[in-house]
This record gives sequence, C-alpha cells and structure tokens, in this order.
Amino acid sequence: MTAALRFDPIRLPPECVKLREEVRAFLAEEIAAGTFDPHQPKREDIDAREFSRRVGAKGWLGMTWPKKYGGHERTFLERYVVTEEMRVANAPTRRFFVADRQSGPVLIKYAPEHIKMEILPRICRGEICFAIGMSEPNSGSDLFAAKTKATKTDGGWLINGTKIWTSSAHIADYMIAIFRTSPSTKENRRHGLTQFLVKMKQPGIQVNPIGQITGQFEFNEVVFTDHFIPDDHVLGEIDGAWKQATSELAYERSGPERFLETYYVLTELVRAVGKNPDTRSAEGIGRLVAQLHTMRRMSVSVAGMLQAGKEPVVEAAIVKDIGTIWEQALPHRVRDLAAFVDADVSNHETLDKQLDFATKTAPKLTIQGGTTEVLRGIIARGLGLR
Amino acid sequence: MAESDNIVAETAEKIFADLADAQTINRDKDGSWKTPLWTALNEAGLPLSWVPEDCNGSGASLADGFSVLSSAGRFAVAVPLAETMLAGWLLAQARIASPEGAMTVAPAGPRDRITLNADGSLTGRARGVPFAKEAAHLAVLAHDGKGWSIALVDAKSCRTDASLNLGGDNSDTVTFNNTKPLTAKPAPKGFDQNTLLLMGCVARSLQIAGALESMLDISVRYSNERVAFEKKISKFQAVQHNLAKLAGEAAAALAAATSAADSIVNATSFDDAVFLEAAAAKIRCAEAAEKGAAIAHQVHGAIGFTIEHILHRYTLRALAWRDDFGNESHWAVELGKMVAARGADELWPLVASR
Repeated sequence: MTAALRFDPIRLPPECVKLREEVRAFLAEEIAAGTFDPHQPKREDIDAREFSRRVGAKGWLGMTWPKKYGGHERTFLERYVVTEEMRVANAPTRRFFVADRQSGPVLIKYAPEHIKMEILPRICRGEICFAIGMSEPNSGSDLFAAKTKATKTDGGWLINGTKIWTSSAHIADYMIAIFRTSPSTKENRRHGLTQFLVKMKQPGIQVNPIGQITGQFEFNEVVFTDHFIPDDHVLGEIDGAWKQATSELAYERSGPERFLETYYVLTELVRAVGKNPDTRSAEGIGRLVAQLHTMRRMSVSVAGMLQAGKEPVVEAAIVKDIGTIWEQALPHRVRDLAAFVDADVSNHETLDKQLDFATKTAPKLTIQGGTTEVLRGIIARGLGLR
Repeated sequence: MAESDNIVAETAEKIFADLADAQTINRDKDGSWKTPLWTALNEAGLPLSWVPEDCNGSGASLADGFSVLSSAGRFAVAVPLAETMLAGWLLAQARIASPEGAMTVAPAGPRDRITLNADGSLTGRARGVPFAKEAAHLAVLAHDGKGWSIALVDAKSCRTDASLNLGGDNSDTVTFNNTKPLTAKPAPKGFDQNTLLLMGCVARSLQIAGALESMLDISVRYSNERVAFEKKISKFQAVQHNLAKLAGEAAAALAAATSAADSIVNATSFDDAVFLEAAAAKIRCAEAAEKGAAIAHQVHGAIGFTIEHILHRYTLRALAWRDDFGNESHWAVELGKMVAARGADELWPLVASR
C-alpha cells in the first residue's frame, strides 16, 4: 500500500492524571483571584505578566527541557496536559506559549551554550516573551522569498527590512527570525536564509501594531533599520535555515491548540440547551463531541508517537488540517444549534458574545502557522503525489 | 496500511490476500469465490475468534479480533465474518457454546426489540440484520420484561425476508413468531441492548476505517497512473488537495475506530467512557465514509462508477456499514443527550479522560 497512516491508540500515562488535577486546581485559584475569566474568550487582551511567572514557578514551562537550562525533563505527554487545560480554561498564555512551544526548542538545538544558559532559564521562569519573525510583506506561505537583509559587519550583522503579521512583537523581549544572508541559488531557491535571535526593544527596531478584525492588536509590523545583532546570536548554519525549520513542526502542528481555539462556544451551547435537549440540539452536540473526541485522540496519538521518537510528519499535518477547519466551523455550527435556544436562558448573553468573537477569530485559524493549502501540500507529498 | 500486530491478524490478512482479492471477486459472476474463502477462515478459527475454547471457539483476545476486523475492512470482505464473531461473542457472554457455521446477531438496530415470552419462545422483528440469509444460526438478545437474555436460534425456525444493503450484501428482516430458541440464558448483569449495539458499532467502525484506507490507497495509485492534460492527474493541485482530504478522513476514521476498540479491550464495563468512544467512532467513521467515498469516486472519474472497477466494493460497503447497529444520527442524539445530562462543565473532563 502507498499510504501508511498510523494513529496508535495512545493513552496518557498515570502521571498525567495527577498533573491534570494540579493544573485544574491552579487555574481554579487564578480564576477565583480574578486573573482571568474563563467565559471571556478575549483572554489575550490581558497582559498576564505575573500569571506567566506563576506558571513558571509551578514548573510548567520548559517542561521537557534539560534541567541545566531550568527545564524539568518531563514528557511531551505531560506538557500536552498542561497545554490543553490552559487552552480549555481560556487562560492568558500569550506571554509564554510561543517561547515554550517553539522558541526554546530552537535555542536548545542551535544557540551557543552561553546564550542557552542566559535565556532558557528565564523562559522557564515565565519572565520573557518571544515572537517569531517569518512573514514579510511579500513573503508569507512562500517563506523562502524573504528579503529582510542581514549584512555582515564588525562583530555581527546589520538588519534592514520589514517583518509582518508578527504576533506579540509589541510585548516580546526576543524574536527568532529568518533574514537573508545570501541570495538564493539557481539549484536551491531555499538557500541563503539564516536564523537569528533578535533582542527586541533595542535601537533600530520599530514595532507598529496592526488592528485585526476582532478589534484586537495582536500582530504587528516590525521594521528593522540598521539594527545590530552580535555574531553569537546566529542560530545554526549561515545560509542554511531551510534545513532547520522542519523538525519542530510536528510538535507545532499537532498540539491541542490546533482544535481548541473556539472550544468555549461548545461548552456554552451545552449550558444553554440544558439537561434535556430536543432531538435537533442533541444530535448536533453529539456530532460535535464525536468530532472533538476523534481529533483529540489523533492529537494525543501524534504526541505519543513523538515522545516515542517517531516522526509522524504527515499525521501531524493532518491533525492541524482537520483541527483548524473544525475549530473554524465550530462557531457557525453552534450558531445553527443556538437558533432555537430559549432566549431567556441565563447564559444567552455570554453565548452571543462568545459567538461574536469566535466567528471573527475563525478566519485566521486556517491561515496562521501554515495555511490549509500548505498543509495539504505536505500531506500530498507524504502520500507520494509530489 | 498498518502492520499486522499479531499472528491472528496476519493469518486473516494472508487469507484475504489469497482468497478475497477484489478484482477476482468482482469478475466472478457466480459467487464461486465465497466457499473457499469461508472454508479457509473457518479452518483458521477466525469466525469464532472471540469465543473461549471451552465454548467451542478459538479463544483469541478481543484485541486480536479487532485487528481481524480492520483487515476485513481493508479487503471489504463480503462474508459474515464480523457477524459470526459478534454472535459468538454475544453467546459467550452467557456461556452458550457456539455452533459451527455462519451466524449473525439480532437485533441489529436500536429501534427493534425482541421479547422473551414466559413460555421460553421469542417474539419480535429485527430489521437490517446483516447476512441473516446466509446464517445457519442467530445469536439473539431478548428482554422478558424484567431483564435481558441471550438465546441461540436456528435460522430455519424464524422467518427471514431477504433484502440487500447498498453494498449488495444481505441485510434482512428476521421475524420471530413464538420461535423456540435452541438455548436461552440470562445475560450478565449490566449487559443490555446498548452493549450489543456499541460492540457492533466498533466492529463496523473498524471495517469502515479499513475500507477508507483502501480507498485512499487505490485512489492515490490511480492518480499516479492516469494522465490528463498531458500530465498525471496526481500533479494537479486540486487533485492533491482532494486526496489530502481523503487521507484526513481515513486518518480520523482509523484513529476513532482503533481508540474505541482499545477502550473496550481495556474496560471492565461499558461505562460512559466506552459509550463516548464507541458512539463517537461510529459517528465519525460514518461521516468519514460519506466524505471519503465521494472523493475516491471524484478522483477516479467515470471509470470508478463502472461495475467492472473495484472501487465500489469499498465505497458502497463503507456507506452501507453506516446503517448497521444504529446509524450516526441515532448515536449522535444519544451522545448529545448524555453530554447534556452530565452538564456543560463535565464535557471537557469526559473528553480529557480518554
């Protein structure tokens, strides 16, 4: 057979059960203390600086990293539990999520030792926020068309150009970005880009927030003008960023954040229909729960395969493809089902507000971090079609 | 294709490869493929996989039996293998020994109920009973007003009105009219019609997932052979994206079905968690069958719509299997009711418990 898909029925190990209880108890305390409101989906409007430090103090950042960098050497499945509980509770994770999922692992792999010793423990303590500088005004999905230039100078590099759609750049302390260090070659159009660690809030960097259709200012334009980056902030091989981008992607693509982004509307719908739903509501909810359960089982399966050292690249792309399409459609399906909910139920206003926000959020879910089109290309390649 | 996990599944896979080749079966107009296949399956003890040795079976584990069903799905096997396995499993719940030959189970849907009368006879009608026409015996779950009993019935002692499902396999109406069973014993405590139906759902889910794996496989292969506009159609982005979606549906079905099977293997009772897993598998696999079959046909164009082509053996069976043991609409309503009854704040803990 040509297609070899594997989704082993992996269960979270017993240590995850206790951890989940701890995370739930912690989040309940934070909610009680007024840090955030679980019914309020605009969680990222809260600048949860102190919350981020408390999560770090719990040992839930850098969970899988080596202890010498402040990490906790726990499993990816344990990290999975923390991620999904935070997401479902609508906890304000923006300050630490990118660093924990993506930037830290890149630094572990490619940064010089002294940089690792300096920065990774601070990520683990929840002190610093990361952004990712990939897209530019004329290169989005086509990553390797990036033009922002890094020019060699004494002891480092001078950066000129513009990154765009950069989430959290306005609050970030660091960014991991790709810049052009050489032109691409005829043989390899991916050649010539290098990964850098950028210290934000420095001369030569201007961050211009961009308003989104949700009313939020979450992503930004970042303009570099002769910004200096020292040599030891180069991450990995010069001109060889294209070789480095792939290995972490399976983690990035298959996590619970890829299908739980709008989950809160489903909870609220179940609340609104009450204990004895009519047939239509029951069927609609049943289908959505079946789809949700299936995706989560797929996602846990990929996490377990990664933990076991396998490389389920196609499976991970499938999880993100199906997951993001589902979370995008979810507010619309919930709207369908909410049409006949008693207008006097106590949470009607909450549900309406959530639906409004989720519906506005929905379009970005199949664009950010790899569009549906890019993912399907990856799946097609895995099937032997490219 | 998933590797065979065990010797039982490997045996099944080999028998299917040798004797259930889709092309051969599709060309065979008089059904002469059937007897050699069934004989080989019987000799390997596969139809009675789930029957303990002291009940006349081969005593394989639940997990081994589930792997056999995945394999049967990949070959779109059109003999009463899953049905005989389920019947043997049902009889074994009441420690009733399985007879030789093909069996099936009744009822096979949530709307039918068979009554066990005071005189020990059975009354009622079961619709959509898979392969009833080809079965020598039926394993029947019946209610006597107080509790559930499991009965072994000679197929000749009830009326069978034959009908065919979408895939062209028998799906019949069986009428019990004061039918005397060969044996009847009480079902174990807690065993009810939902238990039987959910087990059937998991069997069908595995078969659907297997059929989708094959649909993906033959569609990918076809797209790499067929040339249009001077290139292989697999090089067209529109076709690639359709096949990527088909892979997603096959993956979802596979994950849901194997997870549900695993949950039954490791469960001590059919509790809320098993209910979620089995119902969700049936719902999601049925949805995947609809979307996946449509794409497989789209990729094949007109040739896949011909009776000579093997594609329909997988697509139509996957669509037919949606209807057995309660369709996805039924289970969605039941699952939705359960979720609502538990309350909004209990939904995530239930999902996360799996």
